[in-house]
Amino acid sequence: MENSIARQDQAIKRITLNKKPSFFKEIRKNHLLYLLTLPGILLLFVFSYLPMFGIVIAFQNYNPVKGILKSEFVGFKNFQFFLESSDVYRVVFNTLFLNFLFIGFGTLASLIIAIIFSELKGKYFKRIAQTIVTLPNFLSWTVVATFATSFLLYKEGLINQILRDFGLEGFAFYNTAAYWPLILVIIKLWHAAGFGSIVYLATISGINPEIYEAASMDGATRWGKIRHITLPMVKPTVMLLLLLAMGNIFYGDFGMIYAIVGKNALLYPTTDVIDTYVYRALVDLGNVSMAASVGLIQSIVGFVLVVTVNQLARKFSPDSALF
Amino acid sequence: MIKESAGDRLLLSLMYVGITVFALVCLIPFMTVISGSLSTEGSIIRNGFTLLPKEFSLEAYKLLLKDSTIYKSYGVTIFVTVVGTVLAMIVTCALAYPLSVKSLKYRNSINFYVFFTMLFHGGLVATYLLISKYLGLKDTIWVLIIPALINPWNMFLMRNFFNSIDESIGESAKIDGANDVYIMFRIMIPISLPAIATISLFYALAFWNKWFEAMLYISNEDLFPLQYLIKRILDNAAFANNLASGVTAPGYIVPTLTSRLATTVVTIGPIIFLYPFLQKYFVKGLLVGSVKG
Repeated sequence: MENSIARQDQAIKRITLNKKPSFFKEIRKNHLLYLLTLPGILLLFVFSYLPMFGIVIAFQNYNPVKGILKSEFVGFKNFQFFLESSDVYRVVFNTLFLNFLFIGFGTLASLIIAIIFSELKGKYFKRIAQTIVTLPNFLSWTVVATFATSFLLYKEGLINQILRDFGLEGFAFYNTAAYWPLILVIIKLWHAAGFGSIVYLATISGINPEIYEAASMDGATRWGKIRHITLPMVKPTVMLLLLLAMGNIFYGDFGMIYAIVGKNALLYPTTDVIDTYVYRALVDLGNVSMAASVGLIQSIVGFVLVVTVNQLARKFSPDSALF
Repeated sequence: MIKESAGDRLLLSLMYVGITVFALVCLIPFMTVISGSLSTEGSIIRNGFTLLPKEFSLEAYKLLLKDSTIYKSYGVTIFVTVVGTVLAMIVTCALAYPLSVKSLKYRNSINFYVFFTMLFHGGLVATYLLISKYLGLKDTIWVLIIPALINPWNMFLMRNFFNSIDESIGESAKIDGANDVYIMFRIMIPISLPAIATISLFYALAFWNKWFEAMLYISNEDLFPLQYLIKRILDNAAFANNLASGVTAPGYIVPTLTSRLATTVVTIGPIIFLYPFLQKYFVKGLLVGSVKG
């Protein structure tokens, strides 16, 4: 018995001894290259890996005076608190629902825009139109929020002005939660649909033009060519992007929703997502541990989703999975 | 060319109409905001937002440009964007280039080390505590820069560009006695300038549009970047009251709405003017990373 342990020890020593020189040799050989990678590695360690250790807060009753190292552990109490509250259904539902709407309508709109651009002939018209529809993508959400008020304010907003010109009643958008899934979808389409079309347009312009010519010879109509050539050819790209988008479905669009809705509690029933909930728990309520536990649930579900979706993507189209 | 049928022509016309309508929809918000910023406050209150100003006035811009707030914020945003982009490109290239060298033994481990940060996040709470309590970055301009110096996605894009360069170029330089740092800065970066431009633009835009970090970590008003200034103005009317504090005219209406709009227009100005020239780079970058999802 003792003998075998000693033998194992020796074996281990031999392995480490064998390994050491080659490790140092490699470092010495490429020391400048490894040195170059250091700033990036350190930054990722500090800002990405250190916070991963911070997830212990989710299992603590975090006390800012005591810090992470000395706060007492309370097991799963923080999770219980969140999972038993009525908020959990609301924020999880809103996160998933809004993301489904964004992904569904966004894909559809981008695809339609891409198909139209692929059919247009005039070079200048096409270029100008493309510049205009991709521009909104580069505005920050706080700017978009200001834009939104110019349309949605009850009294001064453009939409209500027009309704009143027709003798109709205006909408109190900022007081009525029910309108907001629609409003957010429209804002999202305005912001991202044009830019999103570029990927599909690239796929479409990669289709061999001879296929279209052959179809024209056979008397195919424009619509026929779109339906039987363009759509089937662009389908793999659509499926792949849909699949990859599914991997992020558990993350709400914080930047968008917080900039536009902010602290307007009247709109929470339809717009409060996991990310805004965590932010409020942390900053407004100061409930650090609860915020951390919700964040941890999100990270874990998000991780599982990304990995699963990638396995599927790999099966579906081996070259295009992320890993 | 086969002559098009009536149905085909109709469909094509519909497409022209459709895309024109969508382009107009994309433009209208710009018009309402710009026209609002050029109107008198009273006209907006009476008539609401319009596509063209009903009572033209530069009052909001005059007040805004007289106050020091906007200049400070512009300064902060320009500093963060310029310094941030330059540093981020150095860090990113310095990590991306070695990862494109096939003979580097621990390449795959480092790849995975970077990649894992895209899969699993420590979450907002831990990051917040780390930055504000342990790193002491709170209320400094660096909190807008340092945590964003490396974006794994941009790093992998850059690595792919380096990967596509013929490896014999680096090898022959090495035989001639050049070291790796020299090869990276003097050979690899100069021949990948289009890629550098594209990735720089991605970083620059991210720095330019930063506001969430400012909301979390910065309470000193002198360090507010433009985008967060807009958020603040949107959330409370105090800004307009401050701007107009020196004005004492009978029947004066504090320009709450118009000053908000003028600030927004001043903020997006550079993007609107530069975008048409830079668009092709953004498109190129997007296509290289077209499976980002």
